[in-house]
Amino acid sequence: MKGLPCLMNRIKSPRDVYLARRRTDKIVTLILRIGVLAAFIGLWELAAKLDWIDPFIFSCPSRIVSTLASIDPSELFKHIGYTLLECIVGFLAASLIGIAIAVLLWRFIKLREVLEPYIIVLNALPKIALGPIIIIWVGAGVQAIAVMTILICVIVTVISVLNGFMSVDAGKILLLRSMGASKFQILTRLVFPANIPALVNMLKINVGLAWVGTIMGEYLVSSAGLGYLIIYGSQVFKMDLVMSSTVILCLLATVMYLAVAGVERLTKKKFNIE
Amino acid sequence: MTLLALDHVDLIYQSPEGQTEAVRDLSLAVDEGEFIALVGPSGCGKTTILSLIAGLISPTSGSVTIDGVPVSANGDVGYMLQRDNLFEWRTIESNVTLGLSIQKKLTPESREYAASMLDKYGLGEFKKHYPTQLSGGMRQRAALIRTLAFKPRLLLLDEPFSAIDFQTRMTVCDDVYSIIKRENKTALLVTHDISEAVSMADRVVVLSARPATVKKVFTLDVPGETPLRRRESPLFSKWFDTIWKEVSEEKK
Repeated sequence: MKGLPCLMNRIKSPRDVYLARRRTDKIVTLILRIGVLAAFIGLWELAAKLDWIDPFIFSCPSRIVSTLASIDPSELFKHIGYTLLECIVGFLAASLIGIAIAVLLWRFIKLREVLEPYIIVLNALPKIALGPIIIIWVGAGVQAIAVMTILICVIVTVISVLNGFMSVDAGKILLLRSMGASKFQILTRLVFPANIPALVNMLKINVGLAWVGTIMGEYLVSSAGLGYLIIYGSQVFKMDLVMSSTVILCLLATVMYLAVAGVERLTKKKFNIE
Repeated sequence: MTLLALDHVDLIYQSPEGQTEAVRDLSLAVDEGEFIALVGPSGCGKTTILSLIAGLISPTSGSVTIDGVPVSANGDVGYMLQRDNLFEWRTIESNVTLGLSIQKKLTPESREYAASMLDKYGLGEFKKHYPTQLSGGMRQRAALIRTLAFKPRLLLLDEPFSAIDFQTRMTVCDDVYSIIKRENKTALLVTHDISEAVSMADRVVVLSARPATVKKVFTLDVPGETPLRRRESPLFSKWFDTIWKEVSEEKK
């Protein structure tokens, strides 16, 4: 029997082989992912250096870095702050208003029947067309951009949340009704918890839409913000500024998406969702 | 003593296409502690009758009363459906207290009662588990305890075993039957499975094809403590044949 454990150590179980292969596979994917980004940045830089492209028009990574370094940080953070504020306020307000409207439409069948065609029309309407009206009504500034963001997100929110509410298992509703549950109890005990995945999904979609609303709003009317920097940069033909702002925007949008993804993981744990 | 009484109940459904007569002149009385099975050809409106008794729909004419009081969805009746309908996001413990919390009867005592039922019927160690972690039979037992936890006067069972595979069905059927008997509950079972009805019920009510009305009532004398035991009795097949003939006559 002596010496056997030593021998056994060398023999790998199928499980070990599987786990090792899985680990290698993950590492390869990660390396390739980073590789794609590095290749993109490298090629871009190389093309600019070798004059395949005009860096004045296309900018290049090194110019983006030096542009970012040259901007006064407090100035940069002011712009980031404005954009973030507009986006987050718009996102939260649109999500809450959208859920509230969906609850009302779920609760009152007549209201739903009456408003259905209007919701369809509002959904079809490109909300950006309302930009000038919004500016005149609420004034040019942060508030106009927030309203723009809300408008872009809210209808989609209402439609997707209401859809989730309406597809709750009829058997479960029957069960609660037989127990004597009120409409409000059905909403809080069944409809909301059953729709946690749908609500989180709605938040994910809204993160993307909120950025569309915010940047579109800033293009239309603004004196600060990343959208403003992009528009300003393109007007004075400072492509380095346009590209730098776009890179920051990309990072911010990713962070916000990751935050929502974190919320998703937490709710999955809390509500035992597979 | 009569617990549930249906008195000359008619039910007519209205829809844009026209009206459907689902129940016609149905009268039935169920005594305290009785186990009644309703059988009939498929689509004859058995589930409609349960909805009437549960107070979820009102009869077009006639009356449905429990202890002489017209029914309403107030917790007098516990309704068990085909599927267990356990809420996936609640633990078993929190699932079985659902009715209590809906009816605002959630007290330390009622909570303790629900927990003791789980212990008594073999689900004690699964209190903190989620429904997806339980087998089909255990889930149906949990669904029954959820129904019993708020102490309804009358249990309605709407084909509660039809979603369970055949092997498990027999044992779940035994489980449910013995729980109902031990808790001394009045129960009304709807099923299309005649052998199920004969193995469980004190009385079998054969319904006519739509519009549903009482065609014949059989008082059974099948000996045996449990549905499985009753299935072994020679009287079981005698009653099965009698009732089967009655139902198939109606299908024509």
